[in-house]
This record gives sequence, structure tokens and C-alpha cells, in this order.
Amino acid sequence: MRKEIWILLILAVVLAVFISPFASEFPDGLERVGIDYGFMDNEKELIESPIPDYAVPGITNEKVATSVAGIIGTLLTLAIAYGIGSLVRNRSETGSELRNQRISGK
Amino acid sequence: MHIPDGLLDPKTFGTAWALGGAFMVYAVTKTNKELQERQIPFMGVMAAFIFAAQMIDLPIGVGVSGHLLGGVMAAVLLGPWSASIIMTTVLALQAFIFLDGGVTALGANILNMAVIGVFVGYGVYLVIRKALPNRNGTLVGTFVGSWVSVVLAAAACAIELAISGQGSFKILLTAMLTWHAIIGLVEAVIATAVVGYLTQVRPDLVQQTSKA
Repeated sequence: MRKEIWILLILAVVLAVFISPFASEFPDGLERVGIDYGFMDNEKELIESPIPDYAVPGITNEKVATSVAGIIGTLLTLAIAYGIGSLVRNRSETGSELRNQRISGK
Repeated sequence: MHIPDGLLDPKTFGTAWALGGAFMVYAVTKTNKELQERQIPFMGVMAAFIFAAQMIDLPIGVGVSGHLLGGVMAAVLLGPWSASIIMTTVLALQAFIFLDGGVTALGANILNMAVIGVFVGYGVYLVIRKALPNRNGTLVGTFVGSWVSVVLAAAACAIELAISGQGSFKILLTAMLTWHAIIGLVEAVIATAVVGYLTQVRPDLVQQTSKA
């Protein structure tokens, strides 16, 4: 992996671990509109989330709970997106091999 | 603007699931051609970066915050199909693990942010890039395309809420567009900074569009 990609990954980890606990507590654009026009009360929780609202349950310090949720989420996203990328590419393994052979003239 | 469960009615979230789902199946076959083997680690890191950056809510006014979406940034660097897969991955993890965006509403969130936001924003980027085929074109295109992606995703979100009977089209569209016109600027600045940095150190990182 090239250096620049590593830098982006390190930046992601820094954001997730050190910056995310200090993110704004204000509602986002949609929530703001929902509060202003009353429809946010219709919100329902349909599933039992393992890490609801980016806070790992059982950690009493809120900032640490967010930090740990951040690193779990970042690494999980990395692994799953990498996995999906590999799977998607593998489907065309034969195709790209043929292409490469044609290019190299074998 | 992750829509939670309970706001969209079944006909709306069902239709959005069907459209978003069908689009993603197609995106997988397209990503297959678009993504190069050496880009797979970059795809993973881009998704991780977008997840982390989406946790950083930035205040954009009194009592309102916004965060990066990142769809156009990913599309400029990895192509729009890969970007839509990345966005869908992030949205699905947020919905199922972090209670950020609903599970019935996931189809709509995919449609808004991984499809409409990515492809219309990327289309704007391509038009600007064509008129200005140099690094400045890449940066201006990323900036404007990113802004458009947030605003249009917000418009789609407002329309889905209105169809579901959460308010009138006019009120929801006006309110959503007002805030997201500002949030879009945050998006544009961050996306342009990341694309600017990466293309400065490695000009080859911008997804080549000529041969697509």
C-alpha cells in the first residue's frame, strides 16, 4: 500500500479515536428540521443495536465510549469494504487474466 | 441526514429499498470493471476514512451540525460505482451497528446518499472537468460536485418524508435545502482538501474517466 493511503488510514484512526469524542452535540440538518416541524417524535428503534449512538455500552466515560466505538467502526468498515472489493474483483479473475494475456501477447 | 426508522411509510421505504437494492446489484457488476486490483486497499481505506469523518459533526449554526458524506470525494478517486459501494457499506454498518439511520429506511438512505448524491455530484464533476481538463478542473469539479451531492441528497430525503406524510413538500424542501446548502459547503471544503492533497502527491490517483 502506498504511503499516501497509509496517511489517509492514520488520519481516519486519529479522527475516530481522538476527535470524535469532541464532535458537536447539535442535531444534524435532518434532525433539526424534524425537531422544528415535529416529526422527529415519530422515530422508532426497530433493532437492538450493539453500539447505539456510537457509544460502547458498559463504558461509563462517554468520551472513551465514543472513542472505542470509533475505532471499532473504522476497522470494521476497513475490513468489510476491503472484503467486498476483493470479492467483486474476484468475480472477474478469469476475464482480467484473459485480458492480461492478450496484452502481453501470450 | 440519515433517516431513522419510523419516519417513512411502507410504500416509500419499500420502493426506495427496491430501487436502491437493484442499483447496488448493478453497481457490483460495474465495480468489477471499474476497480483495479491495486485499488482494493484504497477502497477499504476510503470507506474507513468516510466512516470516521462522518462521526465528526461540525457545528454549522446555532443548534445545527453537519458532517461529511464523502460520496463525490470517493467517486473522483475511485470511480462512481466503487464510491456507491463504499457509501452503501458505511450506511449499512451505521444502521445495523450504531443506530445511525434506520434499517427500514436504509434503502432510502442508500438511494439518497450512495446513488443520487454520488452520481449526480460526480456528473457535475465530469462536466467541470471536461471544461477545465487540468488539476484546477479536478479541484473545482470536486468542490461544486460535492456541494451539489449534499443538496440533492437532502432534496430527495425531503421528498421521501413528504410522500410519507411527515409534512408538506414546500416546507420540508425549503427547510432541508436551507441547512444542507450550508452543510454542503463543509462537504465541499473537506472533499476538495483530501482530493487536493492526494492529487498533489500522486496525480495518477484520480480515477481515469476517458476510457470508461
